[in-house]
Amino acid sequence: MFNPTRSIVSRTIALPPENIDTDQIIPARFLTTTSREGLGKSAFFDWRYNAEGRLRNDSPLDGFNPDEFQILVAGANFGCGSSREHAPWALADFGFRAVISSQIADIFKSNALKNGLLAVEVDPKTHRRLLQSPGETVVIDVESQTLALDDGWQAVFELEPFARHCLLNGVDPLGHLLAQSADISAFEARRA
Amino acid sequence: MTSESNSVSPRSLFDKLWERHVVAEETRETPAVLYIDLHLIHEVTSPQAFAALDERKLEMRRPDLTIATLDHSTPTLPPKPDGSLDYATAEAAAQVEKLILNCERHGVQLLGLDDPRRGIVHVIGPELGLTQPGKTIVCGDSHTSTHGAFGALAFGIGTTEVGHVLATQCILQRKPKSMRVVFDGALPRGVTAKDMALAMIAEIGADGGRGFAIEFAGPAVEALSMEGRMTLCNMSIEAGARFGMIAPDEMTFKWLHGREFAPGEDRWQAALADWRTLQSDPGSDFDREIRIDVSSLSPMVTYGVSPDAAAPIDALTPAPRSDAEERGADYMEIAAGKAFSDIAVNRVFIGSCTNSRLSDLRAAAEVMRGRKVKAGVTALVVPGSEAVKRAAEAENLDKVFLAAGAEWREPGCSMCIAMNGDKGAPGELVVSTSNRNFIGRQGKGVRTVLASPATAAASAIEGRIADPRKYLEAVMETASV
Ligand code: SF4
Repeated sequence: MFNPTRSIVSRTIALPPENIDTDQIIPARFLTTTSREGLGKSAFFDWRYNAEGRLRNDSPLDGFNPDEFQILVAGANFGCGSSREHAPWALADFGFRAVISSQIADIFKSNALKNGLLAVEVDPKTHRRLLQSPGETVVIDVESQTLALDDGWQAVFELEPFARHCLLNGVDPLGHLLAQSADISAFEARRA
Repeated sequence: MTSESNSVSPRSLFDKLWERHVVAEETRETPAVLYIDLHLIHEVTSPQAFAALDERKLEMRRPDLTIATLDHSTPTLPPKPDGSLDYATAEAAAQVEKLILNCERHGVQLLGLDDPRRGIVHVIGPELGLTQPGKTIVCGDSHTSTHGAFGALAFGIGTTEVGHVLATQCILQRKPKSMRVVFDGALPRGVTAKDMALAMIAEIGADGGRGFAIEFAGPAVEALSMEGRMTLCNMSIEAGARFGMIAPDEMTFKWLHGREFAPGEDRWQAALADWRTLQSDPGSDFDREIRIDVSSLSPMVTYGVSPDAAAPIDALTPAPRSDAEERGADYMEIAAGKAFSDIAVNRVFIGSCTNSRLSDLRAAAEVMRGRKVKAGVTALVVPGSEAVKRAAEAENLDKVFLAAGAEWREPGCSMCIAMNGDKGAPGELVVSTSNRNFIGRQGKGVRTVLASPATAAASAIEGRIADPRKYLEAVMETASV
């Protein structure tokens, strides 16, 4: 469903608060859509717009060229809260291709990876470093599961092997499930 | 199967539930393929999943194992005189319409707006006996862990995964680590499952359960009613755990017996024999184990913007433990070292899949009976389902709430997620029986304090955060069904 992602080279935007929940990433009032397109304008809406709905332009999320800043570095436990896949849809539509944190909530991580949004958990030292120096250029290599900075700083990260396979090859996990339909039928027959 | 029956190592409830549903084992390269027995869907997280099916020209594999309801975007005010509903936006109405169409097209049973069985997805599953011990249950909603109260393997999924289940009735999932949370002792009067949940989350943190499946056990859990058990499992995700579960027992079986979709008389004994095996074997291994004594627990309230910022109502508001809590305290305008009873309340919400069942409404009514909601405070009581609404009205609970000056609404998620138009105004402080105190969750700029129904009701009366214990005369029954 998505293009293969082998590596991402881009600059970072930092959002240091911990526990950034999916209600922050996209407030519930934007969930009445029946489409997955165009949610980027609602991303972090209440952080970016004032009560009159005007862009505040004082958040780290505005006033830059999105093509240059495709990596979001966020505080620990990013993406906690609801299971809304609208959160990674909104981030991807906003222009992000990767999210880095020391901890990323389970459902968000799973949702993100299914949409080609790389969710990377790094060690606390690397995390601190990235939060403290926003705007750095980071190279995330999916194949080798490494992250590198200009000055030679390196970190490795874990990536669920199947998610990695899907990212590298642009494979849709649904295809994998559909290919097992004989086993699924056998399972159903056994239990009937 | 043979390796399973020959195996001598003790297996936990979670192991047993997991093993029963493995279509293909997990390998290093691929997650397990798990079969799903019950798929619950609602209007918010399903339209894009149905669209994905259409794009690929796929049919649903098992519409018969799928049930839909309308809860998140639906108005809680009754229809207008012309019969139309007051949707928050045209988009919300369109979303409801979309689910109706998708269900018609794919042959899914929809408990729609006119159905007397409609309600919040996690309230109606158990209520209709769809939720049963031993089942795998998924829903595009993170509070699906609620159904784990019946010894089911129940978890929230994203919309892409909803599409996977629509198409294949299966899901790709790696087995999480296991945690047991043992609650010892007996709950004091006026302290509830909600308070147990908040105490646990305060102890292990909003990410303490991340990557784990939690089994709740111990005498205080066994003593909970089924409704209390649902409240506890419901809140698992607020500790970061996708799965929360409790071994089924005689109370569980009795509760389910005779419900519409529960096994009928012809299959009941066989079901019981099977369900009784769904216990963690003695000596089962858990990756992490936690014990919490509830005998000295007080009603709990939150003071920050993450559910782990919870404290006993009779303590002083705690000092922030981190930068995040500091920002939370700023947003909440709750300074450290204050009495909770000094914090003024603008609005009270009693509802949500956490606390909108009959026993919750009874607890709130017990506090409100013969009393008045404080002038200037708005109190909203929203039953979890049409069935809860009828049962509450049969006991005249609606009259208790109305006489106190609270509003009595139609069932739905309402102010828990504030996407149907029910919401607070910027700056307001809301004491809420729901599950999330995130910034803006109940409306932009709204400050949410999570609490039990009794605490919420007491706060409505006093117009300040209030300890409900002084209003409860009789010993609270914890084991009534
Ligand atoms: S009541 Fe709240 S938490 Fe429960 S299903 Fe509805 S929106 Fe989700």
